[in-house]
Amino acid sequence: MRSLEELAKIREEALKKVDIRGIREGTRIVVGMATCGISAGARPVLMALLEEVKIRNLKEVVVSQTGCIGVCRLEPIVEVYRPGEEKVTYVSMTPEKAKKIIREHIVNGKVVDEYTIGAAK
Amino acid sequence: MEIYRAHVLICGGTGCTSSGSQTLIDTFNEELKKYNLTNEVKLVKTGCFGLCEAGPIVIVYPEGAFYSHVKVEDVKRITEEHLLKGRIVKDLLFKEAIKEDKVRSINEVDFYKKQKRVALRNCGVINPEDIREYIAFDGYKALGKALTEMTREEVIDTIKKSGLRGRGGGGFPTGLKWEFTYKAEGDQKYVACNADEGDPGAFMDRSILEGDPHAVVEAMAIAGYAVGANQGYVYVRAEYPIAVNRLQIAIDEAREYGLLGKDIFGTGFDFDLEIRLGAGAFVCGEETALLNSIEGKRGMPRPRPPFPAVKGLWQKPTLLNNVETYANIPQIILNGAEWFSSMGTEKSKGTKVFALGGKINNTGLVEIPMGTTLREVIYEIGGGIPNGKKFKAVQTGGPSGGCITAEHLDTPIDYDNLIALGSMMGSGGMIVMDEDNCMVDIARFFLDFTVDESCGKCPPCRIGTKRMLEILDKITKGKGELEDIDKLEKLAANIKASALCGLGQTAPNPVLSTLKYFRDEYIAHVKEKRCPAGVCQGLLSYTVDTDLCKKCGICASKCPVNCIEGVKGKEVYKIDKDKCIKCGACMEACPFKAISKK
Repeated sequence: MRSLEELAKIREEALKKVDIRGIREGTRIVVGMATCGISAGARPVLMALLEEVKIRNLKEVVVSQTGCIGVCRLEPIVEVYRPGEEKVTYVSMTPEKAKKIIREHIVNGKVVDEYTIGAAK
Repeated sequence: MEIYRAHVLICGGTGCTSSGSQTLIDTFNEELKKYNLTNEVKLVKTGCFGLCEAGPIVIVYPEGAFYSHVKVEDVKRITEEHLLKGRIVKDLLFKEAIKEDKVRSINEVDFYKKQKRVALRNCGVINPEDIREYIAFDGYKALGKALTEMTREEVIDTIKKSGLRGRGGGGFPTGLKWEFTYKAEGDQKYVACNADEGDPGAFMDRSILEGDPHAVVEAMAIAGYAVGANQGYVYVRAEYPIAVNRLQIAIDEAREYGLLGKDIFGTGFDFDLEIRLGAGAFVCGEETALLNSIEGKRGMPRPRPPFPAVKGLWQKPTLLNNVETYANIPQIILNGAEWFSSMGTEKSKGTKVFALGGKINNTGLVEIPMGTTLREVIYEIGGGIPNGKKFKAVQTGGPSGGCITAEHLDTPIDYDNLIALGSMMGSGGMIVMDEDNCMVDIARFFLDFTVDESCGKCPPCRIGTKRMLEILDKITKGKGELEDIDKLEKLAANIKASALCGLGQTAPNPVLSTLKYFRDEYIAHVKEKRCPAGVCQGLLSYTVDTDLCKKCGICASKCPVNCIEGVKGKEVYKIDKDKCIKCGACMEACPFKAISKK
């Protein structure tokens, strides 16, 4: 170890790996991964979300999964919980849509209205 | 580097390993492979989570779901339900982790709520065999800070101001010890770590080495810088194989990253560490005996002064601290002396780790701010006494400590309060006893340990404790006389005054403290030839309650010496007390609880 900067660099890299274990009031992105969700293609959506979070180095964001959200016909479903905001439910997700949600909603704070459950109805 | 959506943390401490956590890890690996989850879910083997009673323990993040008593067959369910479908398996959660049907995360479990984890902060959180995880949680930042931003005097001053006292038993101010070693004259100096944990019922040093070995490595490097040493030794007992293994991995990794070795952080400071294995002798926890043992000599204490700070390893100035003491150091350097001294009581700062054992629901490892009361530890964190039994006493400080009774439960725990009660902090074993424990037997147990472990160098300890044990044996066998109690007290006072080292001087403590608080039990053994708690075999007698006996004969069939007679279905059974060997098999066998011991 030559310098503090070198240590800080290793720390930053390593932190991404363990960040999930911290206790934070951050954003939670939850993907419905019951049988219906998985068969409708939830897994690639989940992977896309993880990928995008990683690329953008988003701390305070946890990507998680849950069971059946209940509206099987609209799967894959992704829900976004942000502190102090109403839950937003996105439906009929694809990996591309998922990436857009990270960009627009998570990074810029703008809900992508056309993908929400309200728009689908 | 991969990012995972879920982390499965499995406890790899000694407790959980012995209850099968390695098999769980293997099974999880198979299951994750089967469901193609290896790229999404990360398995981490950690150190002790603290709640050993509930082991093996598995925690799944990000939810923080806290699974206890996990069996191999549960792994499939956790994988399928939780990891695949995202449904927490409620019935496998630690029972306190569910309240009003709402799943709570690990941080909300009562066991952890009152705790404040400083020395244990990384235990159960990181993978101890991966230096990067330690670095992620601010590891080696304190070493960097000390080396690049602080003078040696500033480091020592910070430790002094923090108020940290030795966690190995003596409670000596750590900063002062550092200052003495720093000021001692010598071209070569050493730092050493006492990881020879020998108290019955204590396992905090082991758990720290297993769960967070880098904290000790980092602290020793900081200490080396402060006192001017370039070589350190960790003295660990060979009875701690997991701890030794992880510590070795940590040292190797630290060397690889240039955090040990030459020119650390480009500051010109050199420091290296080596492990020295001990054979597991209680006396080697005493500092001068420990240093002898590191030198390869027989582990026996020598008179002090000179103290190790002046003449230690190979006659050179040596700084010796305990594992837990070291584990606090990086935190103090990072957060400052004031942060540390804001926790605890006036004369005892910071937190203390206790190994909670005996008659308590949540057996395990707890870390609390100094000043927390015994009642809070036993009832709120420890979950109280099992099976509705009554609390009788808590033994602290191992063989050098003593018993504390119910009337002192509200005493805030710190060094001075425990000493005032005739016990001590010691390294931090806390053994809880209920109404079924005989205090004479407890005193005998601890003395038996001391006699076994006495190094034999000085007669008071070698012969005196042996004589005390003989008297206690006599009393527990029902052959004691009243003068024996006086003799015990006299011997105890003599040993305390004349033994060579701290261990000998404190060896009579369990006897003295039980005599102080439970003299009536000694008297009952001696005068009435009766063991009130029903423990001392020699004083028990088994009788059949004629009203409860259903004449089934099961007791007679179980008796190994055929001392129970009766006629099946017709006549009440009777125990021949002369022939009875008091094994208790009949009492255990009787389905009607008709046999009692007194």
